[in-house]
Amino acid sequence: MGFSQTKDPSGITLVQVEGQLIVGNRQELKELIQAALDRNERRILIDFSRTGYIDSSGLGALVSISKRVRETGGELRLAGLNEDLRSLFELTKLDTLFAIAETPQQALASF
Amino acid sequence: MPSPLRLCVRRSPAPDAGQAATLVTLRLPSDVGCIEEAVELVTRHCLAGHRTLKKTRFRLQVVLSEALSNAIVRGNREEREKWVYVRAELMPDTIRVSVTDEGSGFDPSSVPEPIHPGQIDEANGRGLFLIRKLVDAVQFNEQGNSICMILRRP
Repeated sequence: MGFSQTKDPSGITLVQVEGQLIVGNRQELKELIQAALDRNERRILIDFSRTGYIDSSGLGALVSISKRVRETGGELRLAGLNEDLRSLFELTKLDTLFAIAETPQQALASF
Repeated sequence: MPSPLRLCVRRSPAPDAGQAATLVTLRLPSDVGCIEEAVELVTRHCLAGHRTLKKTRFRLQVVLSEALSNAIVRGNREEREKWVYVRAELMPDTIRVSVTDEGSGFDPSSVPEPIHPGQIDEANGRGLFLIRKLVDAVQFNEQGNSICMILRRP
């Protein structure tokens, strides 16, 4: 499990979650996003197309990241959630908190 | 690189659960770095030999990860000399997974609902809620340091 980070031509930071987002690696994701914000990167997309499962610590990390991005005047989008992953957001009503796009391409176009 | 963990899984007939049952036990240290491997190991043994829906596998992975995280972080407070014990009873139509820590336990009825207004944007407090939503039944022992999660096979 891990994260890969790229930038699209328009300067949007794209972070891909590979494997799981759980208590063991959530801090790494928070630090990675914080580093992007510190570089004045304000448009951030987290892509879950290659994610297996997320636990409540992972969801909590996303909530913290969302707050942090908002505080710095940035925008956060989530994308690539399959049906099972999306159900976690719906059960916890976090789908009302995040801007969630079907695909990374749609998310990139929505900034 | 080979895993530094030594996770021990025993498959044996469950003496008190009928002929068809299999018992899987596993012990892991109080290290959150062990959770992913433990989840994969237990999930594999729980689902072996059964046609399984993707959704069932996903639910089992999430609730195991939650229960192990709670046991290691909240129960054992990540104290390395304490262990977490997993016991899975596998029946043809049901999976019963217990996760027990060596902590003093907690009162599950005291955990607030994370979807109440004002709670949704909190960073913590969704673990037990998710477990209850994703399995068919949840039981705790009296001490509150052992959770039993029951999933019916589809």
